[in-house]
Amino acid sequence: MELSADIRSLADRLFRQESGRLVALLTRIFGTENLQTAEDVVQQTFLQALDHWRSGNIPDNPSGWLFQVARNKAIDVLRKNRHSNQYDFSDDGRVLLKSEYTLEVTIDNLFKEELVRDDQLRMMFVCCQPGISQENQMTLILKTLCGFSAQEIAKAFLTSEDTIYKRLYRTREFFRQHKVPFTIPSADELKSRTRTVLSAIYLLFNEGYYSTTSEQLIRFDLIFEAMTLCRLLTESQHTYLPEVFALMAQMCFHAARSESRLSKEGEIILLPDQNRSLWDRSLIASGYDYMIRASFGNAITSYHIEAAIAYEHCKAPSYSETNWKLILDYYSWICIYYPSPIAELNRVVAVLQVEGPNPALEEIEKIKSNKQLESYYLFYSILGEIYQKLQNRSQAVKCLEKAIGLAPSELEKKVLRKKLDQA
Amino acid sequence: MNEYLLLFRGGETDRKEQTAEQWQAHMYRWVQWMNGLQQQGLLLGAQPLSSTGKQVTGNRKAVVDGPYVQAGEAVAGYLMCRAGSYNEAVGIANGCPILEFENGKVEVREIQELKM
Repeated sequence: MELSADIRSLADRLFRQESGRLVALLTRIFGTENLQTAEDVVQQTFLQALDHWRSGNIPDNPSGWLFQVARNKAIDVLRKNRHSNQYDFSDDGRVLLKSEYTLEVTIDNLFKEELVRDDQLRMMFVCCQPGISQENQMTLILKTLCGFSAQEIAKAFLTSEDTIYKRLYRTREFFRQHKVPFTIPSADELKSRTRTVLSAIYLLFNEGYYSTTSEQLIRFDLIFEAMTLCRLLTESQHTYLPEVFALMAQMCFHAARSESRLSKEGEIILLPDQNRSLWDRSLIASGYDYMIRASFGNAITSYHIEAAIAYEHCKAPSYSETNWKLILDYYSWICIYYPSPIAELNRVVAVLQVEGPNPALEEIEKIKSNKQLESYYLFYSILGEIYQKLQNRSQAVKCLEKAIGLAPSELEKKVLRKKLDQA
Repeated sequence: MNEYLLLFRGGETDRKEQTAEQWQAHMYRWVQWMNGLQQQGLLLGAQPLSSTGKQVTGNRKAVVDGPYVQAGEAVAGYLMCRAGSYNEAVGIANGCPILEFENGKVEVREIQELKM
């Protein structure tokens, strides 16, 4: 019998929603060295669900049904592997899984709803284990926590499925070799480990917000997943850190503008031309809420300053009425405390708004020899804009043409061509 | 530290009389008991045994079915643990949930070192 569309979409939705929770929970039970088994069990659970539900037997509580099936499968795996040296039952929480007297009750305790959140948190830290490249961290997060298929991840990063499989394989091998514990880091490590998790989430968000590798400029699914993961961090006592809230605030402010960044035809609309009435006011409000909650402790991170900048943009009634003076101050702070070529370039944009093209040209001259900017299309786009304001048409055209050549996507090239036409 | 084998007997009839909730609560006490031993590093292993069995006897290796003993006399499970003395091992046995049953029994035996 063909699967009805209803059942297929229910299963897809549930898979997105529950597979990350199940993989995290099962990894806690089997250990990170058996991550593959955890993923297999989840896969089999969903296959069984499809098989069972296609005849119309959809349970009242499909999630509960999935958890029950996964529980039984987990018990089977543990029974088969009681004496296997692939499984390490030596830690406190798992030793009772070896005895029939205690196996089922122990599993039921591990399957308790309220523990699953912490398992997801542990899984995040495991995915962002030092020693795993950021690329592999993101791949594993999407695969295990967000329920993406290798095909979907490949599409998100415009690479082959094969590459994704290799990345996943290497990371699983890393877990096996290093016996990575499935734990939330100890208090003294927590801050730095959380920082790694945050930067993976931020990277994921940026990949969604400003996709460099996909045909679509905005990948709403990646934005959604990044925000969901960060929200989980904001809700846990373990990761109650100001930077967690600051990143969440920043993502809310950016995401609030998503709709206005693309025209109906899918073309990029830049900030000055965006229809501000399309900005999501409720998301801006929750961003503001997170920003307020981020102001405890004595840490001002780059996320704090970037959130403040994004908030200024959200707050401004129009591009010209934006408080550029304040934004320039914020960028100057970033350049002092978190210097990077990109930060310098962003600061130049603010200088252009506040002080005009001549000072902006002076500032951009200072950073033009930077290797990273040399091949960065936005550098030439901004330089072109400065020359435009200085009425230096030939230089402006030269810069914009260079920018078009370097731009990563057709969409970006299109925007730059429009600028060039106006030059 | 010596090693001890605790052999459990009895409890079968009581199980049939219990509700699902009572049985769950009972099994939860096994977890508590064994977890306590585990926390102290004393637990070595434990399993229940099915009530059917075979016996192989003598140099003719004759095989017969079942333990064929009176109800409550067959070994129903075991636990191996460490303890400092027989007294301590008996102390451990005292906590065994099988003793909640009228005919529950725990036999405590020390592992013998075979001197050649």
